[in-house]
Amino acid sequence: MAVNTYNRGLHRWSLVLAFCTLLLVVAGGMVTSRDAGLSVPDWPLSYGKLMPPMEGGIFYEHGHRMIATTVGMFTIVSLVWIWIVEKRQWMKWLGVAALVAVITQGVLGGLTVLLLLPWWISSSHASLAQLFFSTTVAIALFTSDWWLRGAKTVTEKATAPIRGISLVASICVLCQLALGAAARHKAIGSIYHICGSPIVTSVILWVVLRVLLHYADNRELRLGALTLITITFCQVFLGIAAYMTRIAYADSVQPMPLMVTFTVFHVAVGALTMAASVSLAILVRRNVETA
Amino acid sequence: MRKLTLKRPLALLPLALFLVLLLAACGGGPKTETQPQASLPEAQVDPATAGSVTGKVLFTGTAPVMPVIDMSSNPQCERQHKTPAKAETVIVNSNGTLRNVYVWIKSGLAPAKWPTPTEPAKLDQNGCMYAPRVQGVMEDQAFEILNSDPVNHNVHAECERNAAWNESQPPRAEHKFKKFASEEVLFPVTCSVHPWMRAYVGVSPHPFFFVTGDDGTFVLKGVPPGTYTIEAVHEKYGRKEGKVTVAPSGTASIEFSYGS
Repeated sequence: MAVNTYNRGLHRWSLVLAFCTLLLVVAGGMVTSRDAGLSVPDWPLSYGKLMPPMEGGIFYEHGHRMIATTVGMFTIVSLVWIWIVEKRQWMKWLGVAALVAVITQGVLGGLTVLLLLPWWISSSHASLAQLFFSTTVAIALFTSDWWLRGAKTVTEKATAPIRGISLVASICVLCQLALGAAARHKAIGSIYHICGSPIVTSVILWVVLRVLLHYADNRELRLGALTLITITFCQVFLGIAAYMTRIAYADSVQPMPLMVTFTVFHVAVGALTMAASVSLAILVRRNVETA
Repeated sequence: MRKLTLKRPLALLPLALFLVLLLAACGGGPKTETQPQASLPEAQVDPATAGSVTGKVLFTGTAPVMPVIDMSSNPQCERQHKTPAKAETVIVNSNGTLRNVYVWIKSGLAPAKWPTPTEPAKLDQNGCMYAPRVQGVMEDQAFEILNSDPVNHNVHAECERNAAWNESQPPRAEHKFKKFASEEVLFPVTCSVHPWMRAYVGVSPHPFFFVTGDDGTFVLKGVPPGTYTIEAVHEKYGRKEGKVTVAPSGTASIEFSYGS
């Protein structure tokens, strides 16, 4: 098997891509929270132009499109770079998957505008955004010097299996994000997302406690678990705040800045929770060997 | 037992998500229903026996204070108001009645095709507010949309029974003309550029509808004798209905009461 060498440029570019994708998630959250999704009725142009007047909701919708276009271009550069310098075949295909995801994401974004925000397209768009962000974080992880130097592995304890449940945690987070997206796009009531919250938090706690109690000697796993639990607690707080402000301002003229702020942070930290859970699952797969 | 590997389950995540959403998608999408009117007989009203329905819509309790609309995101909208514009969700008149209530004959009329007015119903965008806030149109009546503002608007008719649409309307653009084929009471018309903008339209198959104004009263004229269900619809407080009987050349009265 060919040995990959660290490429600082590619890794930094991957970090930039992941950061821009998080900005894109924030911009998308702003569009939904400010009810600006249909402020630009046409697509791919905006009011028949590349650059419409950036007023009112157009600022958020067209701004989202501009950031999305940038992220799309960055993903193409990433893919080309990966294909040039990477020796790991699966990394090349991960780059392809990222590009396919971002193109699909763009098409879903256009369709949801043209079809007047059908909940199933809008929810898919919101959920795929979270998956795409996790993919960019994974690419940044795989291209890091630290990853390429190899892992200090530990053997999975029979009394504390971790490989399966770390994956289950990621799936639970994804399902919870999909429920949140469906609630935001009025496909279901928020109650499903609210009820999912203690379940997902419990699964994450289970994984994190298992890592901290049985694999804390492994620094990478310990840091991964602590990062995940910190982000998760922030997310629970933001979820409560977003819900409370939504109730408090239900009769107000929308959008209310406080409600928008908490909701958008909740969406962004949701993406970080997903990325942290996927990263921990990846670390567990790498650092914990089966007996 | 075969153990899970990293690549396969992770790759299955998006696939599983899309399958779930695809399944859920069955039955999604806008609903459009049309009532075939061509086969219905022409409506006949004998002016000698036609009566009317009158009444008013009362409001009990403390009138809610409407908040000032923050238009700072678009200063051109803000500049068009000498005093800050307020939300129009609930407007209680000084005589204790409620404005902007759509009142119509919900049922009781014999099936018939009523003549469509030749004059279009108009919806203006002025000062980044819709005028009027609530209005009625007949099925297939022209619905004219104007943009009197110096800013871009999008007009989104959030119909459920009629086909929904969303179109941009730049400043000084040509007026838009639309029609609604099916009965639908009420649906919102919104602008996502200025999310506070909201109007309501009721589409009726007949001409017996009215929107309450600054005295809270309504009158439905030229109603054939008969017994009818009269419905009042308010954007916040919802629907109320009552029955009236119109005697030949008579006037039936009914009152509706909403409260906070």
